[in-house]
Amino acid sequence: MDVILFLVFAIIAVVCGINVVVQRHPITSALSLIGVMGSLAVLYLLLGAEFIAMAQVIVYAGAIMVLFVFVIMLLNAGAEETRGKSLVAQLLGLPLLILFLAFASYFVQRFVPSSTIVHFGAFKSGTAQNIGIALFTRYLLPFEVTSVLILIAILGAIVLARKELDR
Amino acid sequence: MNFFLLSVIKAAVVAFVLLTTLAYLQWVERKVIAHIQVRLGPSRVGPHGLLQPLADVIKLITKEDLIPPYANKFVYLLAPFLAVTMSLISISVIPFGAEIQVFGQPTWMQLTDLNVGLLLILAVSSMGVYGVALAGWASNNKYSLLGGLRSSAQMISYELPLSLAVASPLLLSNTLSLRQLVQTQAGSILHWNILRLPAPQIVSFIVFMIAGFAETNRVPFDLPEAENELVAGFHTEYSSMKFAAFFMAEYSNMVTVACVTVILFLGGWYPLFAVAWGSNYVPALLFGLAGAVCLFFGLNPVRKRDRITMPVFGVIFLGIAAAFLLAPVQAIFIPLFWFLAKVGLILFTFIWVRGTLPRFRYDQLMHFAWKVLFPVALVNLLVTGLLVAWFS
Repeated sequence: MDVILFLVFAIIAVVCGINVVVQRHPITSALSLIGVMGSLAVLYLLLGAEFIAMAQVIVYAGAIMVLFVFVIMLLNAGAEETRGKSLVAQLLGLPLLILFLAFASYFVQRFVPSSTIVHFGAFKSGTAQNIGIALFTRYLLPFEVTSVLILIAILGAIVLARKELDR
Repeated sequence: MNFFLLSVIKAAVVAFVLLTTLAYLQWVERKVIAHIQVRLGPSRVGPHGLLQPLADVIKLITKEDLIPPYANKFVYLLAPFLAVTMSLISISVIPFGAEIQVFGQPTWMQLTDLNVGLLLILAVSSMGVYGVALAGWASNNKYSLLGGLRSSAQMISYELPLSLAVASPLLLSNTLSLRQLVQTQAGSILHWNILRLPAPQIVSFIVFMIAGFAETNRVPFDLPEAENELVAGFHTEYSSMKFAAFFMAEYSNMVTVACVTVILFLGGWYPLFAVAWGSNYVPALLFGLAGAVCLFFGLNPVRKRDRITMPVFGVIFLGIAAAFLLAPVQAIFIPLFWFLAKVGLILFTFIWVRGTLPRFRYDQLMHFAWKVLFPVALVNLLVTGLLVAWFS
């Protein structure tokens, strides 16, 4: 059952991911991205990380992508127009892609230990409580640094927006 | 196998009751608004217009189903589907009552209890924005687009105070499972999160209710469908069953917000005061009172047809009152009664506010969310955190 669900949602995620790039219309691309995030959330659930799964949907699919869709709608961006494909891309595209995949798989095999096999349902400590304890004890410094980083980003966005207003 | 069968039966019962409630909620709303405005409301189809929802359903099904030309067809069809699905999912984690025995099998009056139940509701409701936003965009109509834009901006803004208001009662109850949330509030009204020591959540309750109004696009925050500015807003181009889907989504969201309010702040299925003080007799008393009022108006009819309908309702209410005095009925239905009574009260407030308040202006709406609700919710969360840390 778990394996079937994993396969179904992994395939959906990959297909939606390809669709993000293939689609010409920004809204359809954004919708595909939401599909990717939704199926990722299901994969997290299968692995036993229920809190991460819900956070994935709330934060990425529910907040960030709504802003994406909002901006696309506000600017009323139409379908992308295609120009003639460049010769370099046509000639080198496929070989480079294969080369990249080869490198990627080599490094994954080389540096990720292959001895641990993931079992569905074996991981039990994905609850909100466990994650909270981990965040506030073991990973306190990275957590606080990230929050300061996000705060700086927000301040930066406000400063940039103010400049635009004052003009 | 027994468990599987029981789950199927429970799901069927909940789905049937929910859909009927949604249809009749609209009847209740029209009646209440009508009486607030000194009108009669629906009164032609059936006694007191009680068959009006049925007539509406037939009307909506048989209406012509239009798809505007130049609409983005896929997204146009996806939007109402998304809106209604996302709004109906949340009911699956709501606990309606305590544990009961069905044919000797113990079971909870809840479809499923997730230990991230509350987060699931937040996640699903945040996905519901897409229904409205995409409907507005895909219709290829400027009024629809404006409605969709307004709704997505509004929902993103009000989700912040809503989530912050949810966080403070969680500090008191210390769990995300909706069933356990209710169980930590066991007892009389003094143990409910709204009045519970060390940090009563009255402010948080008010913020949650206001943000809930905005999240469900209800008056006074119904700018996405402001009819005197935007025709009908995001669903201008929708007709027939697709229009009905948006309607259902709105009412279903109302029910969800009411249920979550009751679970978070008002002690779920627990009675107002202790059983020792006779809270088990409250339902019988209330239904008996309703029956007596109906009988009185049946004997002194205002209109001619009341002479028949009112006594019938009176007898039905008195029958329910008598049933509530029986021990087996009490065991199952008294928690359910308290839960539904509280949810009904919140839903009535929704309708009451619609009959009372005018609509916000758009800039007022945004100012209110960011400059009033958000700081208030944040300070409340801080104070709650300090109090809980101090006293535990």
